[in-house]
Amino acid sequence: MAHPQAPAADSATDSATDPEVPPALRAAARRKKLVPYWLLLPGILWLLVFFAAPLVYQASTSVQTGSLEEGFEVTWHFATYWDAATEYYPQFLRSVGYAATATVGCLALGYPLAYLIAFKAGRWRNVLMILVIAPFFTSFLIRTLAWKTILSDGGPVVSALNSLHILGLTDALGITEGHRVLATPLAVVCGLTYNFLPFMILPLYTSLERIDPRLHEAAGDLYAKPLTTFRKVTFPLSMPGVVAGTLLTFIPATGDYINAELLGSTDQKMIGNVIQSQFLRVLDYPTAAALSFILMAAILAMVTLYIRKSGTEDLV
Amino acid sequence: MPAPSGPSRLLRLLRRNLVVIAGLATLCYLLLPNVIVTVFSFNKPNGRFNYEWQRFSTDAWADPCGVADLCGSLSLSLRIAVWATIGSTVLGTMIAFALARYRFRARSSVSTLLFLPMAMPEVVMAASLATLFLNMGVSFGFWTILIAHIMFCLSFVVTAVKARVMSMDPRLEQAAQDLYATPLQTFLRVTLPIAAPGIAAGALLSFALSFDDFIITNFNAGSTVTFPMFVWGSAQRGTPVQINVIGTAMFVIAVLCVLVGQLAGGRRKRS
Repeated sequence: MAHPQAPAADSATDSATDPEVPPALRAAARRKKLVPYWLLLPGILWLLVFFAAPLVYQASTSVQTGSLEEGFEVTWHFATYWDAATEYYPQFLRSVGYAATATVGCLALGYPLAYLIAFKAGRWRNVLMILVIAPFFTSFLIRTLAWKTILSDGGPVVSALNSLHILGLTDALGITEGHRVLATPLAVVCGLTYNFLPFMILPLYTSLERIDPRLHEAAGDLYAKPLTTFRKVTFPLSMPGVVAGTLLTFIPATGDYINAELLGSTDQKMIGNVIQSQFLRVLDYPTAAALSFILMAAILAMVTLYIRKSGTEDLV
Repeated sequence: MPAPSGPSRLLRLLRRNLVVIAGLATLCYLLLPNVIVTVFSFNKPNGRFNYEWQRFSTDAWADPCGVADLCGSLSLSLRIAVWATIGSTVLGTMIAFALARYRFRARSSVSTLLFLPMAMPEVVMAASLATLFLNMGVSFGFWTILIAHIMFCLSFVVTAVKARVMSMDPRLEQAAQDLYATPLQTFLRVTLPIAAPGIAAGALLSFALSFDDFIITNFNAGSTVTFPMFVWGSAQRGTPVQINVIGTAMFVIAVLCVLVGQLAGGRRKRS
């Protein structure tokens, strides 16, 4: 935290230190300068105590050894990290793979809808917006459970895919198993895509909405085909939305364990499932803490790389 | 040029409206589970699980609290959501005003601290907060859930309120002061009404986030059961139809609220 007497770029600074100014006014100015700190204090304190401090504490937990009965002790046992990483790297890789696939799926599904709402909806814009946000209001666990019904073995989706011989193809690719969808990677990715789709659509819509439609007309006047207009004008201008949307989808999807638990089987466990069971069932807190930190570091590294690659560093 | 025949005209129509069709398909994908939830709230399942359609019945609608612990968990979730909303909205609005109105040295580190909870996987936050509580010997329950919810809702409130306060013209407040309004009067009569939509958006968001949160609650609730945790447990034990009833009711109530809000807003604009 900054010191309250720190010089601020506020106009009050001058009157607070200027000896020419009467002391009463000077005191008033100093009080005014403290206002932002008083406003910040309770909320920031809350975050420091219940968000930042736990992370530090978690870091110390990750280098502890011991058991629940005998108690844990900091022994700087860094091998926990190595053991956790070597034992659970399949789950790490799977999480990143599922999350990346779901993010691409969200982008492919969300872009047309965001585009539709931003440019083609006209007076239906508000209605469509409400329909995008409305599913939020039914508990997402209930909606995820509904996918069990939709993808069930005897259900219309599976029969349709079967009669089109698509499931034979996906079985061969290893996305599905035994001509069914539930308890396969496809079901988990489908659930992830569904659950995080609104987080893609909203930032995409925000950045598309800012684009002046006259730019489209101008591109058309310059004989650009619709596809060229999209490739050269619309898509580059919507990049902030694409970057924000992919991050808002990818980060929570990597740590998610609900879709893998409800729609997948033991073969689709993601890293979130491992952390959850280590913490709540096995009660191996050091391993759970080490896994959390590896996950955080991996996400941080990927996000940094991605932001640098996408060339929108001013965003975050 | 000869008139195009049927199928090719249809194809051209499809091609011209490709974006509209794809967009509407996505919308269907988004709404499909809600439709299923609604339809299956009228189901009469044979076994414990409500995944296959058997026959039409309104039993569950007639007796939504007929399942043990369901309405208790629902009321607990509502109470937590209300308090978490109040807490995070008050704290978040104060932070938002500090960030939008004042320049001070800790500004960028405060922004980073606010950004991190939104960018961190929930499971990491959940596990570390639970580790802290465990080691401090705090007993898990209502208060630990509330503390956790205020913590993760805070950043979203700040973002919503800050956006609104930033876009408001500071000259309005100067004008009020020129007209001899005291700082308090200026704040209550000018600043607060202008910031109100942002504050309302932040409050609504934190209510929804808190009410629906599962991961952070799961780690910090101990044996206390909120509504999402009840749903989670029922996925293993067998889902009562009442869950679909409540899901449908939530959807309908929320859509009605939004519609009423829209109508009220439209009327105010006209008058």
